[in-house]
Amino acid sequence: MAALIDKLEHAPARLICGRHGNRPDALLEILHEAQAADGWLNDDALRTIADALNISRAETHGVVSFYHDYKREAPAKHAIKLCRAEACQAVGSEALAAHAEKKWDTPTGGKSADGEIGLEAVYCLGNCALGPSVMIDGELFGRMTPERLDALIEQRIEKTERE
Amino acid sequence: MAGGPTRIYVPCDAAALSVGADDVAASIRREADKRKVDVEIIRNGSRGMLWLEPLVEVETGDGRVAYGPVAEGDVASLFDAGFLNGGDHALAHGMTEQIAFFARQERVTFARCGVIDPLSLADFEAHGGLVGLRKALVMAPTEIVGVVTASGLRGRGGAGFPTGIKWNTALEQPGGEKYICCNADEGDSGTFADRMLMEGDPFSLLEGMAIAARTVGASTGYIYLRSEYPHAIKTMRRAVDTWRKVGLLGENIEGSDTSFDIHIRVGAGAYICGEESAMLESLEGKRGEVKVKPPIPAISGLFGKPTIVNNVLTLATTPFILAKGAAYYKNFGVGRSRGTQPFQLAGDIARGGLVEKAFGVTLRELVEDFGGGARSGKPIRAVQAGGPLGAYIPTRDFDVAMDYEALAKAGAMLGHGGVVVFNDTVDMARQARFAMEFCEIESCGKCTPCRIGSVRGKETIDKIIAGENLTENLEVLDDLCDLMTDASLCAMGGLTPMPVQSAVKHFPEDFGG
Repeated sequence: MAALIDKLEHAPARLICGRHGNRPDALLEILHEAQAADGWLNDDALRTIADALNISRAETHGVVSFYHDYKREAPAKHAIKLCRAEACQAVGSEALAAHAEKKWDTPTGGKSADGEIGLEAVYCLGNCALGPSVMIDGELFGRMTPERLDALIEQRIEKTERE
Repeated sequence: MAGGPTRIYVPCDAAALSVGADDVAASIRREADKRKVDVEIIRNGSRGMLWLEPLVEVETGDGRVAYGPVAEGDVASLFDAGFLNGGDHALAHGMTEQIAFFARQERVTFARCGVIDPLSLADFEAHGGLVGLRKALVMAPTEIVGVVTASGLRGRGGAGFPTGIKWNTALEQPGGEKYICCNADEGDSGTFADRMLMEGDPFSLLEGMAIAARTVGASTGYIYLRSEYPHAIKTMRRAVDTWRKVGLLGENIEGSDTSFDIHIRVGAGAYICGEESAMLESLEGKRGEVKVKPPIPAISGLFGKPTIVNNVLTLATTPFILAKGAAYYKNFGVGRSRGTQPFQLAGDIARGGLVEKAFGVTLRELVEDFGGGARSGKPIRAVQAGGPLGAYIPTRDFDVAMDYEALAKAGAMLGHGGVVVFNDTVDMARQARFAMEFCEIESCGKCTPCRIGSVRGKETIDKIIAGENLTENLEVLDDLCDLMTDASLCAMGGLTPMPVQSAVKHFPEDFGG
């Protein structure tokens, strides 16, 4: 008979929890760090975190599913976050997003077939006087145009191919 | 300047970086080395004139001279034009502080932002930093509450609750653990004042939090900072480290009986966590679900303990009030809206940026005089004031004064001071639909009017856009909006109808009317 209790251990997640004193109130920080380590939150990591903090897996799932930042599947190599909030809408963010979806054949919230590009909608990057704003792999860009966005994304794809 | 290196300021503010400030700084360094001139490049915060970013300033005998927006390719020609001595150039704007956009402001909360090196404690102190805290450390808590109350300061996060009264409530609670929580979850589109201050003058926030801690007897503080602000997170973390090292945080601050430490917690992309009870849940490591009030946080907040929840700007303003006195601050403003408000000009605007001005300035002055109209050159059709939950205001109403009461009377709100400009290509039915869609995406799900109402609202507006049973569907939408306003637990569901109903009211032609 299979074990009733999962023994799957995720060593980095266990270490991260320990650094935070295994405190349940640090759950968001722990999830951020665990996600930074793997790029996403896999089942093993979540089980280990729940065990270390002495909270249920259901509680952990509740938190993970509540916040937009946490990913439950492996992300694309390059995260393209397009600001879709009002200030960027006023300067053409919707047309920019439509262009990106078409150019990379990727819906917002999804990733390209080759796994290179992930398109995400974000609601405000705090760069509202210099929109449309885009964050590419954590780097913020303002006054974005479709041409410049294509070039920036292509640069990044070429860079990973060289590496 | 005779002798030492010429000081050049290139902002490290996220907005400046988004348009190439790092490349400009590197290019200035390369060019200076090539020409064998001695320059010191200081990475300051932003002055708030964002359309001029990257705004490069050169310190001269007469003051700082501004050049912008500087691109990497302009740097050689700036050297050729003798910009190190304030020489003329196509990008020159004269003395920074004499640029009309800047000169006409009343900078209190942002007095140091863009002026100093954000993480230099010496710079901070040379520009009036720590005066307020040092005063507070020898004052009785009731005296501090008295000064803050007398200043008329109200919460800058959006609700506008009198800060002194909130602090007094927490002070009156029995001793034991209390908390100071700074709400730095600035999620409203069109707002960036918290970010700019945290990146440009982070110590002012720490100073304000320490004053609050001294007042109510708290020993722990949290800054809840949104994950969309990686630059602010980095700067605030370094600021906290600096203060810990010099003993401005920790046991017995400056030899007083106040012991206080601050932790930074990063949000995870949930707009609702800007609501105070949701933020406190999130700080406890839970889903950011709104809680029923009462009890208010000042009585039972984080971990059930008395907790001050204040916005970044509210906390960062208290050191100035302590330093300069309640009357100094109260003398700015009108009616019951005292002091200054950092307004943020965003969207399709020629001169976008931050304008700190006494309450009472009109929307027209902000959009036309400061902002210079639309960046696109098209006619302006509407402004959304106060973030995604704020009203759409048509140009004919632009003479409204920007204070809490006048805006409320006009069926709008100040919120966190955001002003988003839309040109005449905007489809107001689409904007109303987005307000409902945003509520659908960001609702915490706890109360039905918000969770379900937003979905039904979006569907109803879709029918209106399709021209289906217009009269009936507009009536349904209006009913639904009233219900959401009256029955939602918090401002998310309660104020989503504001942009929707204001759009329908002022722009009926976009709703088939």
